Amino acid sequence: MSTLVPENENQAIEIVKDAKARRQPLAIEGGGTRAGLGRPMQTAAILSTQALSGIIFHEPAEMVIRARAGTPLAQVEAALASKGQVLPFEPMDHRGIFGSEAEPTIGAVAACNISGPRRIRNGAARDSLIGVRFINSAGEAINSGGRVMKNVTGLDLVKLQCGAWGTLGLLTEVTFKVIPASETEGALVLEGLDDTTAIAAMSAALGSPFEVSGAAHEPGAPARTILRIEHFSSSVDYRLGELEKLLSKFGRPRRLDRQASQALWRNIRDAASLNEDRSKALWRISVAPSQAPQVITTLSDKGLTFEYFFDWGGGLIWLSLPASGDASAVQIRAALSGTSGHATLVRAPLELRQSVEVFQPQSIAMMKLIQGVKASMDSAGIFNPGRMYAGV
Amino acid sequence: MSSILFPKPDPGILARRDEIIAGLTRLLPSECLITSEDERRAFETDALTAYRRMPLAVALPRSTEEVSALLAFCAAEGVKVVPRGAGTSLAGGAIPQEDALVIAVTKLNKILDVNYPNRTVRVQAGVTNLSISESVMPDGFFYAPDPSSQLACTIAGNIGMNSGGAHCLKYGVTTNNVLGVRMVLMDGTIVDIGGDALEAPGYDLLGLIVGSEGQLGIVTEATLRILRMAEGARPVLFGFPSSESAGACVAAIIGAGIVPVAMEFMDKPAIAICEAFAKAGYPLDVEAMLIIEVEGSEIEMETQLARIIEIAGKHDVQVVKESRSAMETALIWKGRKSAFGATGRVADYICMDGTVPTGQLSHVLKRTGEIVESYGLRVANVFHAGDGNMHPLILYNVNDPAEQEQAEAAGMDILKLCVDVGGCLTGEHGVGIEKRDLMRHQFTEADLAQQMSVRAVFDKDWLLNPSKVFPLEGRNAA
Repeated sequence: MSTLVPENENQAIEIVKDAKARRQPLAIEGGGTRAGLGRPMQTAAILSTQALSGIIFHEPAEMVIRARAGTPLAQVEAALASKGQVLPFEPMDHRGIFGSEAEPTIGAVAACNISGPRRIRNGAARDSLIGVRFINSAGEAINSGGRVMKNVTGLDLVKLQCGAWGTLGLLTEVTFKVIPASETEGALVLEGLDDTTAIAAMSAALGSPFEVSGAAHEPGAPARTILRIEHFSSSVDYRLGELEKLLSKFGRPRRLDRQASQALWRNIRDAASLNEDRSKALWRISVAPSQAPQVITTLSDKGLTFEYFFDWGGGLIWLSLPASGDASAVQIRAALSGTSGHATLVRAPLELRQSVEVFQPQSIAMMKLIQGVKASMDSAGIFNPGRMYAGV
Repeated sequence: MSSILFPKPDPGILARRDEIIAGLTRLLPSECLITSEDERRAFETDALTAYRRMPLAVALPRSTEEVSALLAFCAAEGVKVVPRGAGTSLAGGAIPQEDALVIAVTKLNKILDVNYPNRTVRVQAGVTNLSISESVMPDGFFYAPDPSSQLACTIAGNIGMNSGGAHCLKYGVTTNNVLGVRMVLMDGTIVDIGGDALEAPGYDLLGLIVGSEGQLGIVTEATLRILRMAEGARPVLFGFPSSESAGACVAAIIGAGIVPVAMEFMDKPAIAICEAFAKAGYPLDVEAMLIIEVEGSEIEMETQLARIIEIAGKHDVQVVKESRSAMETALIWKGRKSAFGATGRVADYICMDGTVPTGQLSHVLKRTGEIVESYGLRVANVFHAGDGNMHPLILYNVNDPAEQEQAEAAGMDILKLCVDVGGCLTGEHGVGIEKRDLMRHQFTEADLAQQMSVRAVFDKDWLLNPSKVFPLEGRNAA
């Protein structure tokens, strides 16, 4: 398959117009580190954003950065770090999950709404993405949002693009709100809690005034429930101390210093504990925290064998199991029925992703809206067709 | 006297009014249907009171199912619909038109569920913004977006306009605090989008709906995030000799890695107006004032304030006044939140809502003063300095049609300026009818056509709040 690498927006527009005229669908690619996620696509060529690269501006006092879509995420993060700032939502790195090697791009972070543990406090990528420029299938460059964080002018197409996995157009520029990096961080680790008790402990911590910025639970021997505070150093000490008091009924937690906390949260962010055997299927389940233990119990009761852990205070379950049959898709989605939870098959062999819906199936009414939105931005059906849903 | 155009009412609908009302009577009991001229008058405008139109009728449904029946009926009959919350829109987002049914959600006013472990509430869409915080406050929680109209405005309206408030620098605006909605589409279909999980599957339709100004459907229920209140909060007043030094101070605070929960700016005229009303102890002899609020424990607040005061000292600060009690804190915020009401006591005004990059604040303030002066009018400025969302209040006499025209023209010039320096037309009030005809200043034809084609997915016949947001001409292009 050929790879098209436009060097500027005009070239990208020509490529899109040509693809439309010839009805040749394009697979949009940034660094390619998440190419293994989604339904398999029938595309004629890869459209790479690699050469649409570079930071357009970073205004530290305005807390905003704009970059071309193909800019390596590492470059964006380094520019922010040089001014003591970070992306608020701590985007995860999927290279561990997929064993991929290239550089993830900032455009893909936007297109795939990639967040991490800090999402529980600062919102997802979609909450910080304040502007996009994209090319629709008519070959028009469209702006939505802008560079200011308060903006309600017109329909919010920024949100639509964020998490559309490239099915609604080619992002060329993205603008993110950023925040000051915390002076330091620390964490508490409670050991030996079962799932239900761990959720209760995390809910108590997240419902406290201490602005917990990470809440995860790893079952095992011993189980570990981990809570993070990021702030000025005097506040981190004070807040960890207050959290210890608040959580005393759950046990006496151990403290982690900055370095240990950073290493641990990086592993949680990247689901590193479930990466040893990449032949296994990996599910990402979003659910209300209080319902998370029941989902696990239901799956255990059905006799499934799996490994898992909770992030987001229980609102996110990472679950890995053998990639045989349907990778337990039916049972997992059945366990979520009656909740507003949903499951995404993040990692599975190609054949499996041909037969199992990767993204949560939608109701007929919702599917009608999704198809309508797709048609309104990609009437030619040339952008990542089928990656999320059949015909979308 | 009015410079904003309304489309000509559809004579076919007006001629069929009796028949349409008869149809509505079959769907709702009489106490939920307003048809008499006297009673309809209460709904003919919103907070953009210079404009008004009498609606065809007003429906006050009590359930999602009733909303569904109403919309299905209107879709079948080709009747336009103007959704309404409490009618506090400053942009004319809820102003009716003669050939449209107003559907107000104010009878849907129950809090359905509070879940502290998940930190969510589920509410009917007609509840007021403040009542949500009030219901969870005894347990130490709150709902973050706090528009100045929060006593009256509904969650339905907040979702329609993606409302903000003074504290969104830290906590975000409505779109960052809504997890799910139950919504009725124009054909009567009821959909649940999102829920109590942190994210919803598929496209982010929730993000599209929030801020869509009632053009995609009518939201009847919402699941919202609630947050634990900080241990304490304390506002401090800082007086400056110029808006430039106040603006530079804001930039320096953020540059130092401090993001206060709020940074509110007032210029001299606004300070005088608010102080006369609220007696909040605002300094009257300064050109510009910042209200900066920090949160945390006693020691944390003191530490943060010490750093902020040190920074302010490097920017010519003249007055530093810390709140010493809960009562002083309440007064300080009362002064700020009543800015619009207090201004209304001294003159009629129109309130603009553009956002600018914060680096442009001083320039835009200066130009705003010049623009308004060139029209022979006065302006008071109150705004959210941390995020660049400006609120110039242009003072005029509503009984003088020439002056109203001048005020509107000055407002339009200011909004164009906001766009020209890299900002936008509206930061939190919405486009409504007020800024509809300026949309081409911010967006290209292709941008607008794209938005309109997405809009049409939800409402192909343009029946929902049709005269708002998009310029009236050129819609066929979509």
